[in-house]
Amino acid sequence: MLKFTAEHEWLKLENGVATVGITSHAAEQLGDLVFVELPEVGAELTKDGNAATVESVKAASDVYCPLDGEVAEVNQAIVDDPSIVNSDPQGAGWFFKLKLKNASDADALLDEAAYKDLIA
Amino acid sequence: MDDQTVLKKTPLHALHLSLGAKMVPFAGYDMPVQYPAGVLKEHLYTRTDAGLFDVSHMGQVVVKARSGTYADAAMALESLVPVDILGLKEGRQRYGFFTDEHGCILDDLMITNRGDHLFVVVNAACKDTDVAHMKAHFSDCDVTLLEDRALLALQGPRAEAVLAELWPDVVDMKFMDVCDASLHDAACIVSRSGYSGEDGFEISVPAENAEQIARALLEDLHCMPIGLGARDSLRLEAGLCLYGNDIDTTTSPIEASLEWAIQKARRPGGERAGGFPGARRILDELTNGTSRRRVGLKPQGKAPVRSHARLFADSEGKTELGEVTSGTFGPSVEGPVAMGYVPAQYAEPGTQIFAEIRGKYLPMTVARLPFITPTYKR
Repeated sequence: MLKFTAEHEWLKLENGVATVGITSHAAEQLGDLVFVELPEVGAELTKDGNAATVESVKAASDVYCPLDGEVAEVNQAIVDDPSIVNSDPQGAGWFFKLKLKNASDADALLDEAAYKDLIA
Repeated sequence: MDDQTVLKKTPLHALHLSLGAKMVPFAGYDMPVQYPAGVLKEHLYTRTDAGLFDVSHMGQVVVKARSGTYADAAMALESLVPVDILGLKEGRQRYGFFTDEHGCILDDLMITNRGDHLFVVVNAACKDTDVAHMKAHFSDCDVTLLEDRALLALQGPRAEAVLAELWPDVVDMKFMDVCDASLHDAACIVSRSGYSGEDGFEISVPAENAEQIARALLEDLHCMPIGLGARDSLRLEAGLCLYGNDIDTTTSPIEASLEWAIQKARRPGGERAGGFPGARRILDELTNGTSRRRVGLKPQGKAPVRSHARLFADSEGKTELGEVTSGTFGPSVEGPVAMGYVPAQYAEPGTQIFAEIRGKYLPMTVARLPFITPTYKR
């Protein structure tokens, strides 16, 4: 199941674990990324707290945690080569996997149609 | 600026929109921050080919003595700027700054001897106050802000070849030369200078010819439009100051490591030593130095360190040294670059200090400026 947030993150939900990244729209708005900082594996994150930082030549931007949970895995590939986030934001450019505190919390997030309306 | 303020437009505004630029407010103007290529590619392209920048928001000012002689205009400007302007040859340009009575910097500017008058280019955000400042001090000169001209910057190793398509004589110019040129039958003023660290030109053109000339330059396969985003990363790699960030009314020229711009004639023992606002402090600092200096800073990791990041001597944040005044990712350096102010005893290249970023203390090395090797044609 694919969900979205108004802060331009996507979540792919499988068995209570959410793979989280930023949307194509967000990647386009940010421009070419030159630096990515990810959370530590095992970190307990809360909804709307800072989860990651991305930087373009121009500016730094925060990536917020979409739901409460524990970081299960991070994508080192985008730290080594931030351009992957621009070239494949909703695939190889994923940021981290979050073991959700309450899997049902995801129900309240936007579905794809609602997100597309938001950015239209 | 509040939302009610109507942004001004340069003569190239319609061209920017037609090229798909992302526009942002800058110094009261609606300006292109980037085009569809994006800041990273625009930056790199300027270092390999040629980039065209609209810098029409900057102030182009003519200072002419009523006597009609250059020397009278030069002496008037020397009363506000600690630069040898009398000794500037016709058709030559020099960098300088207006100082205030505290010996700090009101604005920086480019100054040209145009034979019987001075042509100066000042920052957009300061142009009205600069003109008022000159008018208030120059009783025997006319000071005119040119409102009917655009300013294009053409920068990069292929800039000469691109401009030569319109004006073959450009090949005879050297760094900091300024010439009259006819481009598409429009009377232009071309200087071989810029703000990127590359060889290049700034071209003052009549507003009504600006779009035609810009389009003609962009027709070249080795020229593309560049926005303010890449202009900033290019100048930072080149070690050049941005007024309002790296220099302002809290920094003296010596603190800002700009003493190279003060020629011998205006220094202690020179023919026209002093005689500008704040001379007492500036002449003293030329002799005795300052307690802090602007330096290049190279973050040791990959994270960009932005302006206002606090600098420390240690990795625990105990001894604060100063702050970063400009910082970004340098696409040509392929890593973060910054500059800032540190106490003089930390200003030696190679010194390790720390910047506070998101609660961490990241090591940085004091570095020689510029971060790239300039390609000026001397």
